[in-house]
Amino acid sequence: MTARPTAFVNVRLVDPASGYDGPGALLVQHGRIAEVAQGRDLGTLGADVEVIDGRGHMLAPGLVDIRVKTGEPGAETKETLKSASLAAAAGGVTSIVVQPDTDPVIDEPSVVDFILRRARDIELVHVYPAGAATKGAKGQRMAEIGLMREAGCVYVTDADRPIVDSKVLRRVLAYARSFDTLVAHRPADPWLTAGAAATEGEFAGRLGLPSAPAIAEKIMLDRDLALVELTGARFLVDQVTTAGALESLQRGKARGLPVTATTSINHLSFNEIDIGDYRTFCKFDPPVRAESDRQAVIAALACGLIDIVVSAHAPAPAEDKRLPYDEAAPGGVGLQTLLPALLAFHHDDRIPLIDLIRTVTQRPADLLGLAAGRLAKGAPADLVLCDLDAPVVVDADKLLSKSKNSPFDGRRLQGQVRMTLVDGRVVYRAAG
Amino acid sequence: MTTPAPGLPASGLNDVLGRTFPFPQRHFLSVVDLNPVQVTSLLDLADGFVALNRQTSKKLDLLKGRTLMNLFFENSTRTQSSFELAGKRLGADVVNMSPRASSISKGETLIDTAVTLNAMQPDLLVVRHSSSGAAALLAQKVTCSVINAGDGQHEHPTQALLDALSMRRAFGRIAGLRVAICGDVLHSRVARSNVGLLQMLGAEVRLVGPPTLMPADAERWGVEVHHDMRKGIAGADVVMMLRLQLERMDGVMAPSQREYFRFFGLDREKLAFAAPHARVMHPGPMNRGVEIDSDVADDLSVSLIQDQVEMGVAARMAILASLAARLDNHG
Repeated sequence: MTARPTAFVNVRLVDPASGYDGPGALLVQHGRIAEVAQGRDLGTLGADVEVIDGRGHMLAPGLVDIRVKTGEPGAETKETLKSASLAAAAGGVTSIVVQPDTDPVIDEPSVVDFILRRARDIELVHVYPAGAATKGAKGQRMAEIGLMREAGCVYVTDADRPIVDSKVLRRVLAYARSFDTLVAHRPADPWLTAGAAATEGEFAGRLGLPSAPAIAEKIMLDRDLALVELTGARFLVDQVTTAGALESLQRGKARGLPVTATTSINHLSFNEIDIGDYRTFCKFDPPVRAESDRQAVIAALACGLIDIVVSAHAPAPAEDKRLPYDEAAPGGVGLQTLLPALLAFHHDDRIPLIDLIRTVTQRPADLLGLAAGRLAKGAPADLVLCDLDAPVVVDADKLLSKSKNSPFDGRRLQGQVRMTLVDGRVVYRAAG
Repeated sequence: MTTPAPGLPASGLNDVLGRTFPFPQRHFLSVVDLNPVQVTSLLDLADGFVALNRQTSKKLDLLKGRTLMNLFFENSTRTQSSFELAGKRLGADVVNMSPRASSISKGETLIDTAVTLNAMQPDLLVVRHSSSGAAALLAQKVTCSVINAGDGQHEHPTQALLDALSMRRAFGRIAGLRVAICGDVLHSRVARSNVGLLQMLGAEVRLVGPPTLMPADAERWGVEVHHDMRKGIAGADVVMMLRLQLERMDGVMAPSQREYFRFFGLDREKLAFAAPHARVMHPGPMNRGVEIDSDVADDLSVSLIQDQVEMGVAARMAILASLAARLDNHG
């Protein structure tokens, strides 16, 4: 923690929580936001204050990315909590929620504790574990949801694996509700999607790829929402990527169900055509969809039907990616590209900047009850300073993740993180 | 194009070799990479090789000193021996690798295998693999020419070329032919390559099969899709049957073999709906009594199935010769 107070002057404050997007300044002291000056100066500053001229760049709350995979514990060659934290810091992400499908699975309090202790030692960004909803994330027997909650897990999920048995999911939802614990679940019909590597359609058909119809997502979501209605549990839809599922989501929300939904930056940015000539770096789980689905997801984000954007950061080393398409590992690293990729919708005038920022700051923070995600006096000084207009060409080899499987490799984006602060500490500062 | 070896035995082959359009691609991976001029040129060349193959002396030295490697991750006696013969008749040294039966594939990725074999300096690498896109992936990592001998459910372009050769020899043309491709289109790389090549050459293509064996949105490939075989093959000049995986027929993709044969198997009664002069094709090996009746398959007045095997060697010779000519020119 820096002892000296830091003042950011000449910045564009973007704070979704207060609805403010405009010029201003901000003072950081003792790891917290000491003053927010919207549309004015900070006044006379003491001689000990370090003043940073923001040159009109955006100063926003640090990003909260609630779906991140690392390889720790169990597959540290892919990614460690340290390397993921470095990538996060460089991407302006100040809080990450790691998924429980590690080895061992985060399905009991000691593994939750391990993650939290490791993160404390690394001391870069905030790391919160999600616990498994079922033992071993196998979808059969309930994990120690209450004990993990006490130990500090922020929600429960079986990550990529849908809980097939409706009876099990019902019990998880009912039980989690008594601990006011959020349950996240991937909507994917397991039978339709078994063995599939792509979304069914003309394109996958021509490539001869094993594929599943897009409605596999809607089918599972309809079941899930019915169980949410039955149990009243707080529910997080883990990545909505199809127009069909969006209809179900809309109905569920209209009925007042306690439902929040995410989508991934990958599904906002890519469609099935990006598979091109079997480009495995665009193989995700769920797979890329038709352009009409992508447009529906963007529209849903714009109107707030989809609440949160995640990076779906999933490191996979080259040897797991440079394989025939159906054998290649799904997923892409995304912590460092989340913000510039999201800013594309601001630059395209599709979604106002403040609304975009809300989906990766205030909303995820509020959902998980974190103090982060806002530029408010007294809040932790988790901040990102970003040059919104700076052009960047993504070079996967230069990303800080241990695995370089970025689907954005070679893409031209706009938006460069200049500085990232966590609890007032500078955890990243761009060169130059 | 190389100057053909002097004293070629097949009359006219010299002419054909002389006229052959230089093949621009290093690899032979997909019919999508071809254009009608190249295909016609390959077919003309293959015609010449058919004549050669029917002579006592079948050997040329167009590929002398070249090494052809057969790399079959999936077993296929027929295609592998067809390539082996094609290579040998053109004078190449031919090596057959079966990664499945050897230790090559144990724990090794496809790319590692490819790099290992590439270090042995083959000139032509013929690959069959169970994953779509495998041949293209391999082609990115090796310095030799790669020939796709079937990649998953994607393509089998040499089969499409030999089918086109068989059709052109039977009908004298391909443009305007009505070709009904029947059976398990969903899992068939033969179907995908044939649809692409036949459409390029101006044939009218129809796909026939139960909905469970038809790819989603197949209508958007520019073909007619039929689930009633009698309607599907009505007036067809060519009825091309596809091979079925029998394990898919036991209530998985179709209720039973006998039900499948009743509605989608080719017998005399259904064949009567095709054009009077219609010819029957099958990439082999056949499941007699499941997708095709022996009575039809063995009737040489309608069946081109034996011709297809013969044309397979000639078509593959044409492909190898064209790729090798490019190697001669470009190193």
